[in-house]
Amino acid sequence: MKTHAQEFSESARQYTADLRHRDWIQQALSGYYAKRDECKSRFQNWAGARELAAEIKREAINHLDRYLDEFASKLEARGTKVFWAPDAQAARDYIVGVARQHRVRSIIKSKSMTAEEIHLNEALEKNGFKVVESDMGEYIVQLRQEPPYHIVFPAMHLTRQQISGLFHDRLGSEPTNNPEDLTMIARHIMRRKYCEADMGISGANFAIAETGMISITENEGNARLTTSLPKVHVALVGIEKVLPKLSDLALFLPMLATAGAGQPITCYNTLYGGPRQPDEPDGPEEFHAVLLDNRRTELLADAEQRDALHCIRCGACLNVCPIFKNVGGHSYGTTYQGPIGSVITPHLRGLQDWKHLSQASSLCGACTETCPVKIDLHHHLLRNRRNAVRGHPGRREKLLQAGFVFMMRRPKLYQFVARAGRRLQPLQRLIRGTIFDPLRAWTQTRSFPSLAKKSFRELWRERRIP
Amino acid sequence: MDIVRVLERLGHTVDYPEAQTCCGQPAFNSGYWDEARAVAERQMTIFRDAEAVVIASGSCGAMVQVFYPELFRHHPREIEARALSAKTFEFSDFLVNQLGVLDVGARFLGRATFHDGCHGLRELGLKKEPRLLLQHVQGLELVEMQEAETCCGFGGTFAVKFPMISTAMGEVKCASIAETGADYVISNDSSCLMQIRGILDRQGKTTKTLHLAEVLART
Amino acid sequence: MTNREVILGRIREALKIVAPPPVYRQGGMKPSALPGSPQQWLPPVGPTLDERIELFSRNAADLQAEFHICANVGEAVQYVKHWMIVDGWRKIGRHSGELTDAVAPALGLAEVRTEDGYALNDLESCDAALTECEALVAQTGSVLVSAPSAGGRALSVLPPHHVVLARQHQMAPDLGAALERMQEKYKDKFPSFLSFISGPSRTGDIERILVLGAHGPKKLTILLLP
Repeated sequence: MKTHAQEFSESARQYTADLRHRDWIQQALSGYYAKRDECKSRFQNWAGARELAAEIKREAINHLDRYLDEFASKLEARGTKVFWAPDAQAARDYIVGVARQHRVRSIIKSKSMTAEEIHLNEALEKNGFKVVESDMGEYIVQLRQEPPYHIVFPAMHLTRQQISGLFHDRLGSEPTNNPEDLTMIARHIMRRKYCEADMGISGANFAIAETGMISITENEGNARLTTSLPKVHVALVGIEKVLPKLSDLALFLPMLATAGAGQPITCYNTLYGGPRQPDEPDGPEEFHAVLLDNRRTELLADAEQRDALHCIRCGACLNVCPIFKNVGGHSYGTTYQGPIGSVITPHLRGLQDWKHLSQASSLCGACTETCPVKIDLHHHLLRNRRNAVRGHPGRREKLLQAGFVFMMRRPKLYQFVARAGRRLQPLQRLIRGTIFDPLRAWTQTRSFPSLAKKSFRELWRERRIP
Repeated sequence: MDIVRVLERLGHTVDYPEAQTCCGQPAFNSGYWDEARAVAERQMTIFRDAEAVVIASGSCGAMVQVFYPELFRHHPREIEARALSAKTFEFSDFLVNQLGVLDVGARFLGRATFHDGCHGLRELGLKKEPRLLLQHVQGLELVEMQEAETCCGFGGTFAVKFPMISTAMGEVKCASIAETGADYVISNDSSCLMQIRGILDRQGKTTKTLHLAEVLART
Repeated sequence: MTNREVILGRIREALKIVAPPPVYRQGGMKPSALPGSPQQWLPPVGPTLDERIELFSRNAADLQAEFHICANVGEAVQYVKHWMIVDGWRKIGRHSGELTDAVAPALGLAEVRTEDGYALNDLESCDAALTECEALVAQTGSVLVSAPSAGGRALSVLPPHHVVLARQHQMAPDLGAALERMQEKYKDKFPSFLSFISGPSRTGDIERILVLGAHGPKKLTILLLP
């Protein structure tokens, strides 16, 4: 049984050697960078917007009990059924229960990373319910039976040829290299599904406490259809999605679009505040909002890293992360990839099992720099490392670190070791690259510099003596 | 030694306390904060009476300036840590922002590109400082590479714990350097230069790596 | 203990520990310096109606939404008739409203009226949808619709061409102002559905190539009446 860390390393080894993948992802993101920068320049003050967004989220998260309760009460007042799910199992059971109760035959779903997190589709399928993903990218990876590659762009790793081949194999459609034709194939199939589905499941981008509404952001219109046509709508909402006021959307919608996709605003931003009201011509008869904890409260309790709950799932940190770009989204092996995934997964799924994601980083800080809500991402990776060591210091590494301290507190010893290293370097060349080489991890792919003949200390002393 | 030469050329007295060893970052980055603190405490004592501390690399500079206060939070020596943090500067930061100097009288003929070490760039907020200094170097043609701000992949122990990722990142950086047609790549972080040098050598490239101080010391 | 009490209990317990204050690095601002309204940081919008219409027009064009200023209902009818002929419409979906009632009869087409209930297949086979709206947003080129103002939830997203009839006074400068108008209008009794529509439906999921009409309408036409 491989550990998650071993699986990560293996996958990383594979992907980092794949130059085609490296170029493809770089190409995919270069368009995003240009559009994102253009959108940012339209803001009167992007830095100011980030500060304000961070402040609003800080208020929401640090008073989460109040806002969450307000959100739930307002929803219930308009006829929504609110279910508080302490963990993934409770959420799955509830949703399966709703499907059973309504004798649902077909379920249509719009994009929800929260649903991925709790493996909702598997649970529904195990109980005999067929679930179809309506979002283009999610539909494609569902057909390929693989997880989403990126939290915002699930199919960014695929070429049109691969998608054409996939549709041909699984749907019997004519092969085509035209993205528009491919899109129309999916559109045509989905329209049937929307009209037939008895239940629609969605996520939520934001939960507005003041007015008791969820807000869903999308470009395709599939979420609007998922939540308008079927008789029952179930929305899965992470408890951290809360925003205090309706007016907060005026800031968050453009920021989410800019950071997430390099768009000034996403095509559809829809607010749902209840099931169909008496004077409305259509809409679901029942609206269920499932509020999911699933260990978010543990992250909340880690006061140092609490701001990780500010995340609006824009994916911007993935897009700038050199690790993500080189190892690819699938290497992470968990729902949330990239820097935010590396920060929160230890809290949501266990520190010792997932600390390797925090270690697999050069801590460059590009993520923290880009985050629209100013989460201290790369520093949290440092803190995860510290926490992992406190909980379970590796014996070998603890010994090495102890040796490091011993030497660094004794300058004469340090100088001795450095001098010895300089003398012995010619010998290292003999064993370089072999299993005897202590620097093998470096020298396999990179040359090691020749150490200077004289140390700074020696040069310094020579200067002083006239 | 080039840093010493430049500072002395500008008329300053430089001291090098020989008892210093390391800022403690390798331990800190691996999560061994108690061990890092043990090493850091010694350095704090050594530099207690210095007027200003100048550091050659962005990553060590960041360790002292940004992380010492966090490392010593709620510790008896917190005030000392903050004091040291406030008077420690990376080399280009010191020249431009503390001494107000842009032209150090350097001369260097060649076409070069600058690599922004992540710690200097993002922890210390240094971007224009090295470039201002290089712009005043006579004979130097400075070109910007596309991936100037992208991490070179060193990352401390990351380079040996995840060598395949580290190398891939380094290759992306070296490809960007090659695109500029520069003969030299300059940086203010020696670890970055070691990583870049290591990969350029394996690729058989003749592009040379130079520390910012080496360029500024040339006359 | 109910689930609600369990979760709220966990939250309250967690929040007993106060989070350390955020580190404001060089250039960061203290909270007291932050404005109440985000509009100060967001893209600017001019103060006059003409400037706002001009901005809306540019944004709509960027979004590939068609936008026309009409002097009267007759002109609006002309624009709609143009599409009717070019695309060979046989049936449209619409709701009853001041503007839709003025435009629709002139088309002489079969209609699916949503206000009295409708069969899904009927609506699905419509060639176009004719609706009104709650507001237009100059800052983003968006149309704000709601269940009451646009004939329900499905009408403005199911047929392949969505035509919106709006009046000039509905032009709001920015998203914040549009939301404020909704709060003033509805107070506590919001419709269950409100949506900001910014252009025709789209996807970039295939090699980032923009394709319109992913699931929602492929065409969006906005007609502004005085």
